[in-house]
Amino acid sequence: MNIQGKIGPQYAGVQQIDVHTDTRDVLAHARRNAIKRGLQDWFVCDIDAHHVETVSWKEIVTYIEDPVVRDNAIRWQAERIGAPPYGLNGDLGLRYQSVGGRIPHQDGQQEIVKETDVHRDVTLTRRAMDSLGVDNMVVFPTPMLFLGMHPQSEMEVWLGNAYNRWLIDRILSADDRIKSLIYLPFNTPKEAERTVRELGDKKGVIGFCVTSTRNKPVHHNDYMRLYSMIEETGKPLAFHAGYHWQDPSLATVNRFLGMHALGFAWCNMVHMTNWVLNGIPERFPKLKTLWIESGLAWVPFLMQRLDDQYLMRPSEAPQLKRLPSEYMNHNCFYTTQPMETTHPKALEVTFEMIKAETQLMFASDWPHFDFDLPQEICDLPFLTEQAKRNILGLNAARLFNLDPTPVKNLMGD
Amino acid sequence: MAEYMAGNVADYADGDRKVVVCGEFEVGVFRIGSEFYAWHNRCAHRAGPVCQGRIMKRVLEATADDMTVRTQSYDEAESHIVCPWHGYEFSIKTGYHQGSSRFRLRKAELAIRDGEIYVSL
Repeated sequence: MNIQGKIGPQYAGVQQIDVHTDTRDVLAHARRNAIKRGLQDWFVCDIDAHHVETVSWKEIVTYIEDPVVRDNAIRWQAERIGAPPYGLNGDLGLRYQSVGGRIPHQDGQQEIVKETDVHRDVTLTRRAMDSLGVDNMVVFPTPMLFLGMHPQSEMEVWLGNAYNRWLIDRILSADDRIKSLIYLPFNTPKEAERTVRELGDKKGVIGFCVTSTRNKPVHHNDYMRLYSMIEETGKPLAFHAGYHWQDPSLATVNRFLGMHALGFAWCNMVHMTNWVLNGIPERFPKLKTLWIESGLAWVPFLMQRLDDQYLMRPSEAPQLKRLPSEYMNHNCFYTTQPMETTHPKALEVTFEMIKAETQLMFASDWPHFDFDLPQEICDLPFLTEQAKRNILGLNAARLFNLDPTPVKNLMGD
Repeated sequence: MAEYMAGNVADYADGDRKVVVCGEFEVGVFRIGSEFYAWHNRCAHRAGPVCQGRIMKRVLEATADDMTVRTQSYDEAESHIVCPWHGYEFSIKTGYHQGSSRFRLRKAELAIRDGEIYVSL
């Protein structure tokens, strides 16, 4: 036996990971595993990661267009102590995401950032990219995912656009690797059109996002002009899922586990049903939609359900020329996270039904509690290497017109 | 097989944990009462740094005679190591996940000689 420890024990530098631990230490195993799988030479695009925009809320409110609301917000942020961010509705479930502190990176990233040449969120995003093995990362806000449920529709407009302009100024301008699907104030269609018109071609804006937690019918005639404009840009429209405890259909759910499991799938199931049955893909055949953060298991369920029902009642969906499932795996794209992996056979069938080789894109959802890693795609036994490369980055490169040259610093210090 | 020193018994109070670098691997050494346990710092879920997570008691929810429930409690006899990546909880004594025996931590052999702790990989 070879005794290595005669000089004494060598303890790891980080004994317990907490909210102050550096992202690179939290994800040290991810980096090691990405290197082992050779991801340095693969183009990897992470379609869905997050930052906590409320940390920067004092800056963001200075971008509010309405001068009165802006002044009120600035004073609130400057003078109130211990108060929630001005104007945001949020959801009580946000308090439960870390499982009582068991998953610290969900609660906070209070690590030291010494770099002062760029915004702190740029540094944190770079650390995450180079630890996970990602070349391009699309960042989304977090509490703002609930903004579609705000009782004041104008507040969605003010805050959504303030966030967009702050993001473009402070984050996207600082690093070509960071991208955004810009927030659309979808409850006010004319304002959503204005967002597309004014911000759609800004640096780093590769598409548009509707946060799915809202009670607006996506097939309403009020949105046809918006869809036409987005189709014309050639950039995709994403539906980013969420949950909301005020949703009456989920009012009986008492555990956050249940709320999270159902809510994140349910909102996109409703929107997808309306999207397909009302023939939106027929009306806008070049408009690509992307369905984010609902996992994957809901897709084959909905395909089967809608196909069976449609065949019995085609007169209720007269615009359709194909089965609902054929729109869902042709006109629609999906992100992987949170990928359900406990039933491998079901996962394999899901990939087949989605046509994953062309329609699926990797997403991490970092730093949220159910984040995924690129290695999970690498390790799927039923995929060819080309399929893995497509899902990890090349499908995104095609959809978003990205340069698929790997630029990550996976091997760096 | 290589053997690595993980410190002295006296370095570990009841409930302590130390993550030890063992060449290219890491092992978490835990003390519960007078017993020591050693597990690879590699979660059975996604290979996360499980041994660097929080140590917490298992959560219980007692059912009354009429099958109702009221409060939760901690099982003082069952300590869990919680993977900080995704929250998978494993018994420090057995290495098994609370909810499924499909998921178990990988054991590292542990020996105590003359008050010194060694793990073998």
